Parts: sequence; structure tokens; C-alpha cells
Amino acid sequence: MADLTEELAKVKGEEPAVPSKDVRVHPDPEPAKGPLDVPTGTPTVIVDDLHIVYRVYGAASESEKGNAVNAFMRIVKRQGRPQMKEVHAVKGVSFVAYHGDAIGVVGRNGSGKSTLLRAIAGLLPPHSGAVYTDGQPSLLGVNAALMRELTGERNIILGCYAMGMTPAEVREKYQEIVDFSGIDEFVQLPMSTYSSGMGARLRFAISSAKTHDVLLIDEALATGDREFRKKSEQRIRQIRESAGTVFLVAHDLRVIQQTCNRVIWLHKGKIKMDGDPKEVLAAYTKG
Amino acid sequence: MSQPESAVADAQAGGRSGQEPLAKLAERYGLRRAIARPRFLVYVRQLAERRHFILTYATSRNVSKYSSSALGQLWQVLTPLLNAAIYYVMFGIVLGGRDGVENYPAFLLIGIFVFTYTQRSVTAGAKSISGNLSLIRALHFPRAALPLAYTIQELQQLAISMGVLVLIVFITAEVPTWYWLMIPVVLILQTMFNVGAGLVMARLGSSMRDLNQLLPFITRTWLYASGVFFSIQDKVVETADLPQWVATAMYLNPAASYIEWMRDIFIYKHTPPPMVWMACVFWAVFALCFGFWYFWRAEERYGRG
Repeated sequence: MADLTEELAKVKGEEPAVPSKDVRVHPDPEPAKGPLDVPTGTPTVIVDDLHIVYRVYGAASESEKGNAVNAFMRIVKRQGRPQMKEVHAVKGVSFVAYHGDAIGVVGRNGSGKSTLLRAIAGLLPPHSGAVYTDGQPSLLGVNAALMRELTGERNIILGCYAMGMTPAEVREKYQEIVDFSGIDEFVQLPMSTYSSGMGARLRFAISSAKTHDVLLIDEALATGDREFRKKSEQRIRQIRESAGTVFLVAHDLRVIQQTCNRVIWLHKGKIKMDGDPKEVLAAYTKG
Repeated sequence: MSQPESAVADAQAGGRSGQEPLAKLAERYGLRRAIARPRFLVYVRQLAERRHFILTYATSRNVSKYSSSALGQLWQVLTPLLNAAIYYVMFGIVLGGRDGVENYPAFLLIGIFVFTYTQRSVTAGAKSISGNLSLIRALHFPRAALPLAYTIQELQQLAISMGVLVLIVFITAEVPTWYWLMIPVVLILQTMFNVGAGLVMARLGSSMRDLNQLLPFITRTWLYASGVFFSIQDKVVETADLPQWVATAMYLNPAASYIEWMRDIFIYKHTPPPMVWMACVFWAVFALCFGFWYFWRAEERYGRG
């Protein structure tokens, strides 16, 4: 155990040494304070100098008119497609997350929050650097697997299978999902007939039905009416208690303050600040 | 990669090199890379565990595909029938393709249904990764599940077409024979080939964006080269006076092989010549093994867009 604490001190001590004008405050190596009173343990997620580069197609610039002659000239001149742009979304992010951590990720739109979460989940290949994890992190988001033309019932089954459940688990969870989403008899109707709130409730109910080791939550709370928000906050707390480490992206800073013991502030793809929620959030709201 | 920001970030990373690298720390605690390609056999097992997802996804896609039309899934029967009717009028009657061909309606339908199955699997496979980026970026599963689901969707479609085919073959006065027991064998072999071809196309389609534009021309050439509405031997060797090896090469292509075997079962009522069934088995095994291996090799790169 002594070996371990030494290790932690080493890791945490090394980061402020980074030659950067950014401020970095680090959480106490001692048991973390904050709403979730779990001592920091072994590392569960290590992000090592991670760079993520997206390729985006179809974004033709003004100067390049998309006609056939230009396209042909490009090939003759051996230029790349102008419509293909590279977006450097995450630029050299490094941090270590520990067992029992609930880490809030804040930052403006387009600062790379969602991209970082997807990279941790192992869904986006890193351009360089690496993400090391204990177990399989999962993103709380099943939306992409659902089909609007199908009934809620079919979508529940499809979504559960997409998350890797077995038929027995699906049977067991089915009623729970219907009850939690509160869509009642609408479950027999196609999802395209749902109101946006109902759709969001069903999606959240499906994606939170599974238990996870490392859980990544991306803006899941921004939907539904007040009653449902309360219900889902409670559900997230439950999930967090059973999960090893939770990452939470939210624009609602109140939620982060209530649930996290550490906050990472991303700015233009880099960590601007990393540490105690109070300090980071204070700096974030000021800047 | 020439963004100025990345240069700064690289410098930062370099500044830390004096301490123990994070990679070492990860190794010490037994953490693994979040994105790592599993070994091939592990991958196949993971894929087998996802069979419920694959089946449900395929069925759901088939249901949702026709949900906006009034006739609904009846189109699954109507589409191949209408296609066959057009080809029958054009190639059978107008261009005289039915001359000298025994039971031309059955001959044509077998050609169309069998070829369409392969053609649609290949086309769908090419879109299975590039058209599902949001799903790939949201959930974790062996990516081969997608091309596989698309092929199974086409198989479900084919099952309906085969029902229609059997009915028409009855009407055109062919009696069931023991040879019909070979139908599932041919379908399994063809499905193996389609899965493999779909997997190869899925990987190609994920990186080559122009493939979807090019594919219709490739599949049409393939259609004409497979003798779907004419007898290869008659037209190529006897009418066009080309050397025999051209016809043989055409017969050996996967689509033509499966069509020939089916015609042997339904119309000519004999076991296929060794050349045909050997080509069928070879293409099935080769495509399946190569397709899985080739697709698996790029597993961690799907989703980059």
C-alpha cells in the first residue's frame, strides 16, 4: 500500500510541472471531499497525451465552388479534396482517474468534451497518445441504435441488445424501462409519434438500464420535464454508486457541483484546469 | 497535421518525459488500451455473443424500411416480381432470350433472385460502416455485426423471394424432386460468400467514399457477366463466337456459380457438374475467411470518418 501512495503522489506531483500557462489544481491525494465520499483508489482510467483528429467531409469552403471542372482540376493538380477537413478536437490531454472518482467535464460548446468521452469509451481511435482503462467504459447513449419508425416496444428490445444484454436480461428489464420512462400505452406506437420529451425519456430509460464499470454520461440530464429530471438525477446517483468511475458532461453546473468530486475544464481541446469542483467551477464561471 | 496548437501540446508532452510515463503506470495497474483489437478468435466469439443484436437489428431494419408505404412488407414480394416481369418482357420476348432456353420464366427468376441477393448484400455491406458512424461512435460492439446484420436482412428478403420462386416453378409445371433438398445447401454457401463479400466491401466503403457512386456500374457489369437472363454457353460461344475459356471464366464467377447450381436443381434436374459445385464451395470458404480477416484487421479504425 505504501508503494501505491508513493505512486499516486508521483503521478499527481508530476502534472503541475508541465510547462504551461494553464492553472492546474489537483485533488487531494487524501480521501476526496465532496458529495460522494469515496476514497481515491487505484487508477481506472489513464489518458496519456491524447490527440483526436476528426475527418469531416462535405464542408466545402466559399472559394472552392463544387463543380465538376474544379473537381477535375484538383485531381490533375493532385490536390486533396477540399471538402475533407481535419478537425483537431482533442489536443494532448493527460490525466489519471481513480476508483470512486466522479469527474465533471465542463467547457464551452466545441471544446472537445464529447469527443474526449468517446475516446475514453474506446469508440474513437486516437490520432496519437492512448487511453488505458480498467474494464470496458460505456457511454450512456443508445440513441443511435434506435429507429424512429418502430414502436417503443421494439426499440426497447433493440436498444437493450445493442448495449449487449442477453434475452433474459432484456425480459427482466423491459417492464422497468417502460415504468421508468412513464410512456405507458405509447409503448405500442412508433417512436416518430412521440413528443420530444417522451422520446428523450425513453432513450434515457433504455440507456441507464445497464450497470457499468466506468460510466460516461453526456448531457443526459438536459431533457424531460422537472419531475423526470429529478427521477433521472436520482438514477444517475444510483448508477454512480455502483460504478467505479463516472464522467459527467453537463452544461448545468449545479448538477456537476452536486455530483462530482473533481472537475476538468476543457478549453479548445486542452485541459485548462483540473481539480476541486469549487475552485474550477469558480474560475470557469468567471472566465 | 500542422495545427499550431498541436505543436504546443507536443512540447508539453515532451516536457513530462523526465518522469515516469503514464504508459508505464497503466501497465503497472494492468490497465489496457481502450481501443485495442481483440485477437481473431476472441473477436469471432464476441461477435457470436452479439447474435441477438444482429438478428434484431436486421429484422428491425426490414420492418422500418417499408413502414411508410401503404402496402408495407408486401413490397418484399412485389419488388422482385416486378423486376422479373420487366426483364421477361425485355430480354425474353423483345430480344428473344427465351429462344432455346428450357422453361425461361423459371430460368430468369432463379437468375434474378440469386443474383439480387448477392448484389444487394455487397451494396448494403459497402454502406454498413459509413452509414452508421453515429452508432459506431456511441456504442461498443464488434463492428462486423453491422455488415453481418445487413446480409441477414437480405437473407430474410431472399427467403420471401424463394417462396415466390417455388410457387412460380410449380405453376410453370416443374414437379418437386429430391434435388430440391440441395436448395438449403446452395443458400448456405451463397450466404457465406455474401457475408464475406459484405465484410470486404464494408471496410472498403468505410475509407473509400467514392465506392458508393461506383458500385452500381460494377454490379451491373457483374449482372451481365453472370448470365442472369441468357445462357452463357449459347450467347458467348455459339452466338458471339468467342473462345470457350471466356464462357468458362464467366461460369466460374461466384454469382454465376450459385445461379447455375440453382438452375440445375429446379430446371435441369441433375447434380451440378464438379466445376460448378467446386467453384461454389471455394468462393464461399474463401470469401468468408478472407472477409472476416480483412475486416477484423481494421477493427479499431472504424468510426474515424
